[in-house]
Amino acid sequence: MKPLVNAFLAIVVTALALMYLGAWMNSNEGYSGGNTLTIYNWGDYVDPELLEQFEAETGITVIYQTFDSNEAMLTKVQQGGTTFDVVIPSDYAIAKMREEKLLLPLDHSKLPNLAHLNPRFLNLSFDPGNQFSVPYFWGTVGIIYNPELTKGMDFSSWNSLWDSRLKNNIFLVDGAREVMGMALNSLNYSVNDQNEAHLQDALSKLNRLSPNVKAIVGDEIKMLLAGEEAAVGIVWSGDASEIMDENDKLDYIVPEEGSNIWFDNMVIPRTAANVEGAHRFIDFMLRPEVAAQNAEYVGYSTPNDGAMKLLPPEIAEDTRFYPPAEITDRLEVYDNLGKRMLAHYNELFLMFKMNKK
Amino acid sequence: MTNKGRSYYLIPYYLWIALFVIAPVLLILYYSLFDLDGHFTLGNYVNFFTPVYLKMTLTSFWYAFLITAFSLLVAYPAAYLLTRTKHKQLWLLLIILPTWINLLLKTYAFIGIFGTFGPVNNLFDVFGIGEQQILFTGFSFVFVSVYIFIPFMILPIFSALEELNLSLLDAARDLGASGWTTFRRVVFPLTISGVRSGCMAVFIPALSLFMITRLIAGNRVITLGTAIEQHFLVTQDWGMGSTVAVFLIAIMALFMMLTGGSRKGVQK
Repeated sequence: MKPLVNAFLAIVVTALALMYLGAWMNSNEGYSGGNTLTIYNWGDYVDPELLEQFEAETGITVIYQTFDSNEAMLTKVQQGGTTFDVVIPSDYAIAKMREEKLLLPLDHSKLPNLAHLNPRFLNLSFDPGNQFSVPYFWGTVGIIYNPELTKGMDFSSWNSLWDSRLKNNIFLVDGAREVMGMALNSLNYSVNDQNEAHLQDALSKLNRLSPNVKAIVGDEIKMLLAGEEAAVGIVWSGDASEIMDENDKLDYIVPEEGSNIWFDNMVIPRTAANVEGAHRFIDFMLRPEVAAQNAEYVGYSTPNDGAMKLLPPEIAEDTRFYPPAEITDRLEVYDNLGKRMLAHYNELFLMFKMNKK
Repeated sequence: MTNKGRSYYLIPYYLWIALFVIAPVLLILYYSLFDLDGHFTLGNYVNFFTPVYLKMTLTSFWYAFLITAFSLLVAYPAAYLLTRTKHKQLWLLLIILPTWINLLLKTYAFIGIFGTFGPVNNLFDVFGIGEQQILFTGFSFVFVSVYIFIPFMILPIFSALEELNLSLLDAARDLGASGWTTFRRVVFPLTISGVRSGCMAVFIPALSLFMITRLIAGNRVITLGTAIEQHFLVTQDWGMGSTVAVFLIAIMALFMMLTGGSRKGVQK
């Protein structure tokens, strides 16, 4: 019995010591109450130097937390266990958060740097008048391909994916909206189509793609494509630019039939503790120099016109990642389809996954 | 100590069971009765009996069966040899050690090992077999799952074999039984309890695997676990996710009842 009691005591003492140490370290770094700003963002989606610069300028301590899907973020914000001051969700998630009244309206008078944003990326369907959100980065969904392995095939149409030469050579990203949207686009339907006959068409078209699909994967798609495990992938433009940084043989294209254009915007949740600081942070990120540095670090497309002028021309003039207005006009934002339709999209996607080669 | 005093010691145990076993199962049952809009419905159960979910159930079963069978095939001889080695504790430690490493890390490692340019394919090249697609096939899924589950199969079989009275083997030989007959009539029946708990420890978690289906099988293998994950995290259709979970729990309970029942038969 004695050694058991001793072991138990040792565990309790260690746990208490660790708790104390943790609290001490937090207070040393200024994390205790008062002047902090909690930012909830996608992983590796901001230049850490900029956070330091913001802290130095304002004296506010930034606590940076990350999520890996809009759904995970939504659940956490809904539960309200942690107070976040600035969150960076995507378009359809913003529509949903607006509907559920999870957001605070922005005070535009505190955001003078809004003027630098390209009007093309303002006043969009998910947030008319940018009442609740300000664009952070944007991008598209398209095809990344390895010209060496595909031997000069042309990917300007989604239908090129169905070519029998690509047998077992395509990676798809594991997203119902992306894959269903791609199939709908290939049939010249909208990515937000809700017509049952059109959706069934898309499913049977997808089933015919099965022999060409090597795998349907998540974030691993970047590692797999950079490692040339397959010649073609369907990815978000930001991921494509990361993959191309690692393996410059690859190329990216947004097919002509149209595709998805997405936005990650900064919002302030209703539970925010430091609303003033949140506005200062948003305005800071909109500063042209800051936005340019961030865009160079992250590799996604910035909506900031001022920043575009500061970016090196090889980035700013790359039409793969900064397509001109006549192309983006053909692209569609994902609408918030509602729970029921979203479930249906996912069910169809599941049926496609179950369809064996 | 009186009987009454002893029953007080059981209170934490009962509390634990009530809070972490019974309450969650009841919650899952409760959630399974609601549709997306939060209305009471039995539609989720009807939906389960559509071809999509039935096919998924069959796939899950088939793969869980394959994983269990191959684990057993490898684990039994391994456990047997283990009881005959000199440094038992060392070998046992080597088998347990990999379970201390995070499952996802081990799975990620296999993406590299099985990849087109990975060591396995390099080896194939040396032998002139040429490049094979290993990753994203049913084979790689079963292989990696077996690798992950094998310690849980070896350990119970090992302890059952350890308890085996060696003089029974001498007696069998004295009575003229061949090696195979001894194994079939003496060793195996006496270690069946270890095999049974090993199978349970592998089959039940194998039924609801989900991350490996994406990482190693590239979503070419869809199990009930995948469906649950998707319903809870993506569609937020907790009702349907819970319904799938209810069927999984029912299947597991049935499986345990069946295997538990035959144990009594042996002991008689």
